[in-house]
Amino acid sequence: MIEFEGVGHRYGERVVLSDVELRLAERRVAFVGANGSGKSTLARMINGLVLPTSGRVLVDGLDPARQGREVRRRVGFVFTNPDSQIVMPTAGEDVAFSLRRSGLSRRERAERAAEILAEYGLAGYADHPAHQLSGGQKQLLALCAMLALDPAVLVCDEPTTLLDLRNKRRFAELLTGLKQQVVMVTHDLDLLDGFDRVVVLDGGRVVADDEPGPALRHYRALVT
Amino acid sequence: MTADGWYEPGSSPVHRVPAGWKFAALLALAAAVFALRSPVWLGGICAAVVLAYGVARVSLRRCAGVARSLGVLAAFVFAVQWWLLGADQALVVCLRVVTALAAANLFTITTRIDDVVAAVEHGLGPLRRFGVRPDRIGLLVGLTLQAVAALSAIAAEVREAARARGAQRSVTAFAVPFLVRTLRHADELGEALAARGEGDR
Ligand SMILES: Nc1ncnc2c1ncn2[C@@H]1O[C@H](COP(=O)(O)OP(=O)(O)OP(=O)(O)O)[C@@H](O)[C@H]1O
Ligand SMILES: [Mg+2]
Repeated sequence: MIEFEGVGHRYGERVVLSDVELRLAERRVAFVGANGSGKSTLARMINGLVLPTSGRVLVDGLDPARQGREVRRRVGFVFTNPDSQIVMPTAGEDVAFSLRRSGLSRRERAERAAEILAEYGLAGYADHPAHQLSGGQKQLLALCAMLALDPAVLVCDEPTTLLDLRNKRRFAELLTGLKQQVVMVTHDLDLLDGFDRVVVLDGGRVVADDEPGPALRHYRALVT
Repeated sequence: MTADGWYEPGSSPVHRVPAGWKFAALLALAAAVFALRSPVWLGGICAAVVLAYGVARVSLRRCAGVARSLGVLAAFVFAVQWWLLGADQALVVCLRVVTALAAANLFTITTRIDDVVAAVEHGLGPLRRFGVRPDRIGLLVGLTLQAVAALSAIAAEVREAARARGAQRSVTAFAVPFLVRTLRHADELGEALAARGEGDR
């Protein structure tokens, strides 16, 4: 359960979020809205990358401002640009990096990493230089690196923005199958079919919060 | 992006030497090369390193790549040293540089970064009681090697973009976007590391 209680945020004088009240328990939740409406800021609050300047956030009752470490153990995060999420030279090492505190031996970590890669369509890429993967494969790798940590929640900030149509679909299908609660920020509205709940932001406020059909109708009405 | 100097999987004897020993050998070789003055000895060691490329069964394509970049460097070093110190000295300096770099290159081609990181962590373990954090240093080594790849990729893209706009000779058309993208990359990398629990302990 992710709760936002009277959450507001400002960068200096500029208010970018105000009075956000949300209790997210659904399995598939999306944040949509115009550029600059505050989606990324809100999403980053879930794992404490950004802390609210007013109100508070709770993830399963834990406050990212105080228990950041416990929260980040529960919350995985996939960013837009796969290039800056890869920290090790090969795909296998990058996933193994996530497992460094798992108590497994190095050999076990490498094996586990290869298993995870295989599970998400990157079988045989463990020794492949990570930066030579295609954009779609890199984003899959970023997802694998997060899932290796076995989080309860996966937050994705525009994970498909840099991908082509086929990889977008593929990524969306993989998300559908995950056991994790997923919170996704996106501009690709056709990815939201299977979603349970769509939160529409505008100028830092929640202006609609509903099932995809009505919520997206509201969003479209907003821009026309 | 060039993949110069990245790991190439293999099962040769050179690949199988534990990373820690290989690293120690590399350091010893570098020290020896800089202590020796005899061109004969240096030539011998250089030949041994070349032989090791053969033992490691490094692909010809990679060998050619290494030879090309070391060749250019060697020619440059030789020319400068010859002018400054004379031909004999130039040969010695040149052999030193080429031998050390060729060995370092062979090391990165045959050793997984993960293993290097683990070896560094292991080797520095005893320093833990003085407040050294071996895991941090290991990560630093991995990220440093990674940064080289990321920066060269950014540089290549920025250069292409500048060329597309016909600004290949302008320093600012390169430096400004390169700096901005580098800083943004650093920012994003920091966030990604935080999201993966680095710094939470
Ligand atoms: N580090 C920062 N410093 C100052 N202002 C910022 C910072 N990050 C974001 N902002 C501002 O906060 C507002 C909300 O940004 P945010 O990134 O949350 O928007 P977004 O909805 O994710 O937009 P997009 O769809 O373009 O990704 C914007 O007006 C932006 O300029
Ligand atoms: Mg955003």
